[in-house]
Amino acid sequence: MDTIRTFFDMGGYAAFVWPAFVVTAVLMGGLFAWSRHALRADRRTLDLLQQARRDMRSRARGTAEGEA
Amino acid sequence: MPTMHRFANPARFVRISSALLPWLTVAMVGFFGAGLYFGLFNSPPDYQQGDSVRIMYVHVPAATLASGVYVVMAVASAVALIWRHPLADVAAKSSAPIGAVFTLIALVTGALWGQPTWGTWWVWDARLTSVLIMLFLYLGYMGLWQAFDDERRAARAAAILALVGAVNLPIIRFSVDWWNTLHQPASIIRADGPTIHPDLLMPLGLMWGGFLCFFAVVLIVRMHREIVLRRIQALQTLQFETAAAVPQEA
Amino acid sequence: MLEFWALVRRDLLLARRQGSATTSVAVFFVLTVTLFPLGIGPESSLLARVAGGVIWVAALLATMLSLDRVYQSDFEDGSLDLIALGPLPLELVALAKTFAHWLVTGLLLVVLSPVLGILMQLDSAAFGTLVVAMALGTPALSLIGGIGAALTVSVKRGGVLLSLLILPLYIPVLIFGVGAVDAAADGITARPHLLMLGAILLFSLVLSPVASALALRLNLE
Repeated sequence: MDTIRTFFDMGGYAAFVWPAFVVTAVLMGGLFAWSRHALRADRRTLDLLQQARRDMRSRARGTAEGEA
Repeated sequence: MPTMHRFANPARFVRISSALLPWLTVAMVGFFGAGLYFGLFNSPPDYQQGDSVRIMYVHVPAATLASGVYVVMAVASAVALIWRHPLADVAAKSSAPIGAVFTLIALVTGALWGQPTWGTWWVWDARLTSVLIMLFLYLGYMGLWQAFDDERRAARAAAILALVGAVNLPIIRFSVDWWNTLHQPASIIRADGPTIHPDLLMPLGLMWGGFLCFFAVVLIVRMHREIVLRRIQALQTLQFETAAAVPQEA
Repeated sequence: MLEFWALVRRDLLLARRQGSATTSVAVFFVLTVTLFPLGIGPESSLLARVAGGVIWVAALLATMLSLDRVYQSDFEDGSLDLIALGPLPLELVALAKTFAHWLVTGLLLVVLSPVLGILMQLDSAAFGTLVVAMALGTPALSLIGGIGAALTVSVKRGGVLLSLLILPLYIPVLIFGVGAVDAAADGITARPHLLMLGAILLFSLVLSPVASALALRLNLE
């Protein structure tokens, strides 16, 4: 118990050391998460768009064959 | 089709980088895990600065890589301007937020290190001042990308700005160094302390590796996203053009 | 060569017709400097200590606020396209227009700087150096600022972005400009600072036209 407390105390510098690491983790973690989220969201949009194009093409082909 | 040329290369890049991505992520986690273990648990406090020296394990990699990323950005911008490689400006655009985050971390952790070490939250020493200016350069670069509606124009304007900034950065650093010695002739404050004890080098190296892998991982993710975005824009332009060409059904 | 001077004359004539632009830069310069004693108190020794910094920062801001006049109105009414198609290479167009900009704004700052030195209780030994430093620094400010103006010419309401882009690049001029004035006020030689300002000026004389032309080309496509 005592060793954990001394660890967290960081020789009296706890108020400086921990915020430094937390800020680093938050900023970098946030950038990482946001970048991945943006990629996933845009990939979904791209898939939807490509699917819509495929549907439109097959419909157009269907009407052309119908008229032929 | 003009769009074919733009995407011929990216497909190969996406394939190779997607294969590398999981390994880089594992490496990143490994470096950070080991670095944090040794940095926080298994290394001695500095005999002068005590445990506050542990802040160095995030501050130094962030500060050095902040400049490193700018170099990457400048080189990519040069490639974009000179050889018009389609991926070069994507790489530059994707690097900027990472560099900006590293710069911000360097500034904040620098302040948190400065207060117990020198008794002040901020000190206008040459290094911190140059890092602050570099943050403004990053923000300006990112702002320029957003300012243009035309993505291609934005890419070239940003490339010019990155190169102008890169050329000016040594001049700025030199003048800030000069200014600093003019106004603080007494003490020469080195942000990493007088000497780095060899016991501290290993955690520092591990954290450095972690930051570097982080840059690679996030860069790849962001570049993939840019490529996807451009495909979306191309598709939307195509749909708009075909809709305009096809006569409306009654 | 003739076209170069013709372009400079044209810009000067246009500036004279829009007379308010010149005077407003001058008024801004003086007004900004006036704010400082009002803000930090009239104590002479304090003002004298910060005189160099205040005058130079005011010069930077005044230059920056007037930068949009280099390309903006010509871009908006299409004259810039015509000029770009003309016989003068775009690099010299940029040089001519930035030179005209300096004649209209920077030169004025050089002339006004002794007045501001008096307002800021600047040490009398520093007045000559102040004028020389301003004469070397303000052209560099116009040149470096011209790059930013060229980059943002097609951006709507790009003024704030322009400031964000250009101010970091102005820092070396600021540091050595103030360094020269402070050195002279302290009675030591300002030569190294003035030499650095000269070097920065020469460097911008090469970099600015090249970078501005690149930026103009991409914005005019």
